[in-house]
Parts: sequence; C-alpha cells; structure tokens
Amino acid sequence: MAIKLFDNKGTRLDQQKFTWRDLVQKPISKLDDDAFTRVRVILMNGIEQQANRFQHLCSQMNGELRKPLAQVRRVEHHQQTMINWLLSGDHSPIETTIGYEQVAIEVTAAIAQQEPDEYLAQVYRFGLLEDFDHMYRYSALLDRVEGKDANNILQSYTDIIPGRPTIVEHRHPLDDLRDHYDRKTAEPISKMNALTIMSGEYQTRDYYMTIGPTFADPVARLLYAEIASIEEQHVTQYGSIIDPDETMLEKWLLYEANEAYNYYSCMEAETNARIKAIWERFLDYELGHLNLVMELFKKHEKRDPAEILPERLPDPIPYESQREFVRETLREEVDLSAAGTAFVDKSEETDATRDYRAHINSEGSPSEAVAENYLWHPGTELSRKAADKAA
Amino acid sequence: MEKAAEMGKNRTGIDMSPAQSKEMLSGAEEFAGSEEYSRTAEAADIETPDMVAIDTQYIRESDPVGSVPMPATLRGALKAGKKKAGGHNPEVFLNKLGERLAYERTGVRLYESMITKCEAADDLHPAGPVTVEELRHIRDQEAEHFVMLKEAIVALGADPTAQTPDADVSGVAAMGMQQVLNDPRTTMTQCLEVLLSLELTDNAAWELLIMLAEELGADDLVEQFQQALTQEEQHVQRVRSWYEQMMMSQASKRKAVTH
Repeated sequence: MAIKLFDNKGTRLDQQKFTWRDLVQKPISKLDDDAFTRVRVILMNGIEQQANRFQHLCSQMNGELRKPLAQVRRVEHHQQTMINWLLSGDHSPIETTIGYEQVAIEVTAAIAQQEPDEYLAQVYRFGLLEDFDHMYRYSALLDRVEGKDANNILQSYTDIIPGRPTIVEHRHPLDDLRDHYDRKTAEPISKMNALTIMSGEYQTRDYYMTIGPTFADPVARLLYAEIASIEEQHVTQYGSIIDPDETMLEKWLLYEANEAYNYYSCMEAETNARIKAIWERFLDYELGHLNLVMELFKKHEKRDPAEILPERLPDPIPYESQREFVRETLREEVDLSAAGTAFVDKSEETDATRDYRAHINSEGSPSEAVAENYLWHPGTELSRKAADKAA
Repeated sequence: MEKAAEMGKNRTGIDMSPAQSKEMLSGAEEFAGSEEYSRTAEAADIETPDMVAIDTQYIRESDPVGSVPMPATLRGALKAGKKKAGGHNPEVFLNKLGERLAYERTGVRLYESMITKCEAADDLHPAGPVTVEELRHIRDQEAEHFVMLKEAIVALGADPTAQTPDADVSGVAAMGMQQVLNDPRTTMTQCLEVLLSLELTDNAAWELLIMLAEELGADDLVEQFQQALTQEEQHVQRVRSWYEQMMMSQASKRKAVTH
C-alpha cells in the first residue's frame, strides 16, 4: 500500500487526543514478542523524541511558529510516551541497551542499502560497524554482570562478534563531521534517512547518559561513559550530513514526512496486531501534522511543499536480519577511519585524532576490559566453559 | 493454572529459530578461530583480569555509601553500654536498627501490593489458598514491628527518621522485589517466591538483632525482638506453605484451590 502525501489528510490535530490509560497500555512481552517489535518500539521512541526536541529548538528561534509548534509538540510528546511505555518493566537497563544496539545495527544496515547517495551510504556503513562492536561489548557486560545471554533479547537475528573495536572509535571532533547533502539536489529519501538515523543515535546517547550513573558496578559505569561518548560522535556525524541551509519550515516538513514514513514502515512489518494498530493510528496523526505544516509552508514561504516532499512515501524500511550485509561490510571496511569529512584507511588518520585517542585511553580502556576473552555462546560463556570442561 | 506457567510462543531460546541460530553460531565460531580471539584467549584461566583490576582499584578508592547519624545524647542501653569496660560501638546497633525499621516499613508496602493482587484474583489470575485476611494479618504485624523499632530507636536517643547505610543498601537489594510485586503481569506464585525470600532474610536479620541487643545487655529489647522473631517465623511458614501448595497443585494438574 503506497501512501500518497498530498491527498491524504490524516487525523485532524484537534482530534488527536489521549487519556492516561491510553498512554499507558499493556507492554510488549520481552519473552514472547518478536525482537523486531521491540526494535520498532525503540526506534519510534527516538523518532518522536527528536521531533519533540527539534520543535522545542524551533520555538526558541521563531516566535511566529510558536503556537502551531506547541500544539503539534504536545501530541508528539504523548505519542512518544505511549510508545516508550510499551517496553515492559522486566527489561534490565542492560537488556534494554542490547535492544538499542539491535536498532542501531539492523535499521542502519537496512538504510545503508536503500540510500541512493554513495557517500551517505558510506557514512551509514561507517557508523554501523561501530554500533556493531558496542553490541559485543554490552553482551559481555550483560553476561558478566547479570549472568544473562544477550541473545534472549536478540532472538538470533543479530551477530555478537567484534566490529570496529570501540577503543579505536574515539576521534577528534573535527574528524566526526561529514559533508552534508545538498537540499536542492538530494532525493527526499536521503533527507529522511538522515533524520531517522540521527534520531535513533540521539536517543541512544541520551539513554546511556541517563542510565549510566544508575549502575553501581564500576566497569558498567565506565563502559556507558565510553560508549555514550561514541554515540555523541555519531550524533555529530549524522547531524552534519543534514544541509544547514534548509529553512526551518523545510526541516519541519521533512520531520513530519519522515515520522509518517517510519510509522508506515512499522505498520507494514508489525506482527503484533495490537501494536500494529498503534502504528496505523500514529501514521494518521503524522499525516495530520504534515498537512498542517504544509499549510504553514505555503503561507510563510509562499512555496509548494511538492518542491520538498515526494508524491508518495518511499518503500518501507525492511525489518529483518541484515546479518549478511553487516558481515560483508565488516570484512571490507573494518579498518576504515575518518580524516575530516573523508573516509580513509586507519593508517591515514589525523594527528589530532591519534592524540585525542591516546589521551582518553591512557588510563585504560573499559570496552577492552569488559570483553576480555569474551566469546558469545548460547546460554552465556559459563555454558561454553562447562561444555569445554566436559569435552 | 496460572497463565505464566502455560506453554506459549516464547522466542528467547536458541531452538526457536534454528536457521538464524545456526548463523549466529557460525559467526561466533569464526571469531573464535580468528587471530584476534586466539591471541587474547591464551589467558583463559584468568578470565577477566582487566575487569577485576578495575573493580579492585575502585573498591580501594571508594568511600562508604554514607555514615550512621549519631544521636546528640545516648540514652538507655547505649549509654550504659558505652560505660562498660571495653565499651560498645553504638553505631553498629543503630545502623542495624535503622535497617530493620526500613525493611519492615518496606515490607508493609510489599504486602499491600500482594493484598491488591489477591483482591484482584479471578479465574485467570488465581490466588490459590492465599487469603486477603491472612495477608493483612502479616502486613499488620510488619507494621507493628516498624512502630516497635521506631520507639526503640527514640528510647536510645537516636532519630528514627534518618536513613542509615545498611537501611540504604537493603533498600537497593529490595528494588527487584517491588518490581515483581507491583508488576500487574506477575502471578501469585511469582510474588510468593519473592515474599519467601523477604521473610527468610527477615528471620536471619531478627536473629542477629537479638544477638546485638543481648551483647548490649538490652534485656527489654531482647524480649520484644524475640516476639517479633516468633511472628516472622510464622510468616515464613505461612508464605512457604502457600507457595509450595500452589506450585505442587499446578505441577500435578490438580485444580488450584481458589478462595
């Protein structure tokens, strides 16, 4: 089902209402629901969080748009609440973290493959291998601190092996910046992909910054501090591929279109009927927001939204294991680094990055320590050791 | 039977998706055979020396979670104890009294959660032999213990509203307990297991408190604490009996008794 953007009014803003009971529904089952349902829940929380953040910033920089921003933003906030509260209370913070990294891997890999711009696709593959390594480190933490198998969360969709080692992911801030797409020539899908991945990474940074200090374990506190720093780098990277010359309303249009696109993608893939109904409802909400912003765009900029938006939403983001693509990328690009906005072999890194990394790792590396000798095995590494002993 | 014990669509095990799991294993095996892994695996006997080194350093550099608030003037047994030859460390007793007070107070809340769950029981959420009346009885005794400890702390000249270090840490340990008891999805037996754990710890803790009071020569407190211990022993028996009865009933496919 292709969604047409210009003749679909969605739900009117004044009809977008919630009660507290509506916001706090039965959560998904950590054990019985498909891992990709959790992936979608986590991603859409990030998409809504970023929409809310963007609209707050706009409001601080534009008096004229404050009223419509306040109205739309309240709804986005409550959409985020309903979605985020679908996560059940039996997820430990590290288990939720495994879910966040599964989002980063599977969604980034899917988007890297649908991205038409080769440079942007390279940006996604670059970030992908770093998040892939985080999965390995956090799986070691979950095993060694809580005695749990990360694959109970991943359901065998996502590999647990090292990627580009986290210890070498630390770079000078100027080597995290990328060239941006050109707002006049880039495909709409490229602009939306950038928003999707930046939103996902931003919420991951925020999540790690929130839960990091709630751990008592020193290694956990260190590891979250280290990986949060990489997520900050990733937000810098993905934020910088967005054209800074887009007008505020142009960006707002893209945000709303991207929210609609993501709900549409979730709706098409969802296997849990109750959750699917939420995606469908919120797709209509976003189309309502989009129509409102299209009117504002016409009024304030005297331009046609068709200059910015596609006629139809692109093909949905696939929600399925991207294992082979990730492995292939790992084989080809694990030794890649960045110098300025260019991707280079690690032998060509800048002195600024080498100095920065040498200093920040100079008192030890949490990501190396936590995964020392770690090899994922079904049922945790204790099962492997027991099996080795028996053999 | 409680719904949580029924067979269903659990997707967590390696057997639930054989094709994907085979791929998972092949990836891990490939990594295990790689130069990168075998290089580190040489130290396999010392499993995580770097992690241990970090923990050790932080342990040695750490400050305690906090201190015991000392009363302005010691009264009663603490005052007498301090004057004895060799003396006593009053903060040890105050720390444990503060912990017991906090534990009993939290215990009241946990039993209240259990009462709500029991009151909500229906055919799909059976309460088995557990009754609201008996739960209330236990809850009330936990509340009495809390009040008794509060009065004991006041009588010693200390502040019962302060949070002592052991009270804080036992509160951290109880975080999982309240998560289980307040989750609408958890069954009666899942909650009973948590309460059993709570009561077993409580029993051992009262025994220790009695030993500390005896050491201090606080005979009046020893007597009160003995009464509390007797009641706590009854709580263990009651909770354990409910728990075992429900589990055995479910295992043998007999219909659980509902009230």
